[in-house]
Amino acid sequence: MHLLNWRVVSGEWRVASEPGARATGASIPHPTQDLTPLVRALALAALTVLCSLLPVSSLAQTPTYGLGRTPTAEEIRAWDIAISPAGTELPPGSGTAKEGAQVYAQKCAACHGATGTEGPRNRLVGGKGSRQIVAYQFATPLWDIINRSMPYDKQGSLTANEVYAVTAFLLQRNGFIQETDVMDAKSLPKVKMATH
Amino acid sequence: MNAKERGRRRFFKEGVALAGLAAMGPLASRAQTIESEAAAARPKDARNLYGERSRFETSGRVREDQKYRDVWFTPLQDLEGIITPSALHFSNVHYGIPDIDPRQHRLMIHGLVDHPLIFTMEELKRLPSVSRIHTIECVTNNTRSVSKDAKTVAQTHGDIACSEWSGVPLSLLLREAGLQKGGSWVVAESADGGKRVRCIPLEKAMDDVLLAYAQNGEAVRPEQGYPLRFLVPGWEGNINVKYLRRLKVVDRPYLARIPRPPAKGHWEWEQPVRSAITYPSGEQRLAGRGFYQISGFAWSGGGAIRRLEVSTDGGRTWKDAQLQEPVFRKALTRFRMDWNWNGEEAVLQSRATDELGNVQPTMAEFNKTPHDNQELLGPDRLPTHGNPIHSWKVTQEGTVQNAFA
Repeated sequence: MHLLNWRVVSGEWRVASEPGARATGASIPHPTQDLTPLVRALALAALTVLCSLLPVSSLAQTPTYGLGRTPTAEEIRAWDIAISPAGTELPPGSGTAKEGAQVYAQKCAACHGATGTEGPRNRLVGGKGSRQIVAYQFATPLWDIINRSMPYDKQGSLTANEVYAVTAFLLQRNGFIQETDVMDAKSLPKVKMATH
Repeated sequence: MNAKERGRRRFFKEGVALAGLAAMGPLASRAQTIESEAAAARPKDARNLYGERSRFETSGRVREDQKYRDVWFTPLQDLEGIITPSALHFSNVHYGIPDIDPRQHRLMIHGLVDHPLIFTMEELKRLPSVSRIHTIECVTNNTRSVSKDAKTVAQTHGDIACSEWSGVPLSLLLREAGLQKGGSWVVAESADGGKRVRCIPLEKAMDDVLLAYAQNGEAVRPEQGYPLRFLVPGWEGNINVKYLRRLKVVDRPYLARIPRPPAKGHWEWEQPVRSAITYPSGEQRLAGRGFYQISGFAWSGGGAIRRLEVSTDGGRTWKDAQLQEPVFRKALTRFRMDWNWNGEEAVLQSRATDELGNVQPTMAEFNKTPHDNQELLGPDRLPTHGNPIHSWKVTQEGTVQNAFA
């Protein structure tokens, strides 16, 4: 709350920046007798302004500092690559495990092994522990990480179809879907994943 | 300052410089050239502009070779006090270090907010800021302490550092954008090649998370996330997203697994209470019997260190060490204990207790409990979030070794 808070403190007018905070700031000398009606009128006006502002500020959450600018819808769309487990942000496109096997062999196998178990990098098929794909409770985060971070030396180079296809391939190898199941924005969030 | 005034000032400055050149004229022609004099003076000037340590000081980070990740440990054994010099701050680099021009960098906040906003660095720095002393600790810290290659405390516990971080509280930015109903998690994303992403609950976001642009009084180092990083005190290092460029308020955890419900506000990503003796520690040598001051660090992702005990007989007896004041929450805490070494074999251990009453377990106690994630790291590593008491063995010759126990 950064409304100016006017109040009378022992015969002086003070301005406090925080309601309830100890009154600080400029003090105005005690008004002389003949100015009292004017001061009263001012106080009433200030109170009226305060009362009219309070409900507005508590409901609408107006930015306090007025810094930064509103991004355009296009800017948000271009940056917004995080994918909800519900699949809300998934783009158009599709792929199957069969298609994904080819992409995997070309662009993933060098680091993750021919069948996703050999490494040298993270095992992608089977294994133990909560961080393995076989333990994922949602399928969309797999799409998300392939899309944003892979392949390791050419991030962002895969098309949406390729990402759907590699995702399908890894889901199939981990036993969640069949080889011919088509993965797209609708089907991917519905894949039955690990239950615990 | 208007354009006219700027012009006048520039004229004045340049005029002075020209006058200076004119005055040097005869001198310059008598000696060599002005350029060669300037070149000779430059190294010294550079040292004055940005200071360097003595040429006799050689402490440096310790490299661990990994094919897909550059890991450099903090040389804990060389540090004093609680602040890690920025140049010695541990570093795990996953997708290279981007060379970001702060004038081009932007931070966007959007999702379930009333006012999506995009900030330049200049605008962010105009917002009210705070400075806080906190650790950043890699989730794999302490997991190497039983590996045969782990000889020094840099290798056993060096995936941690403690700095004074300055920046904007995330809570302030969330209020500024206006949280909408249903907004319960915050996605944070980096601007580097991997566009690394993490997701934290609103409860933590509104608590003590910072958007940090300064580290130990100067700009955050490129290895640490220049020009802006997420600082999530007490939680796994990987959540402290570097090169922060986007925050999105969302309605559920954008994660592969449903997180475990927090126990009394403590989420699964909180780092445990730990400690390490840094002197005497692995590969050091005691010159002979007599006085030594045992010293080291204790820390906890859950808050402040309350107590640190030291044993010199492998855990049979314990004595309270002194904690260096002030003790900060979620920060390195320096401990010290005077010791007279009698020249016999000794096993040095430290045991920390935090403000929540968490105490480090012995290695035997630790090994009794089952742990997740062991397979990812390999058989010679402890599981992540492990925090057993570490032992250094002092031989009769005065050499100090990892006791692997």
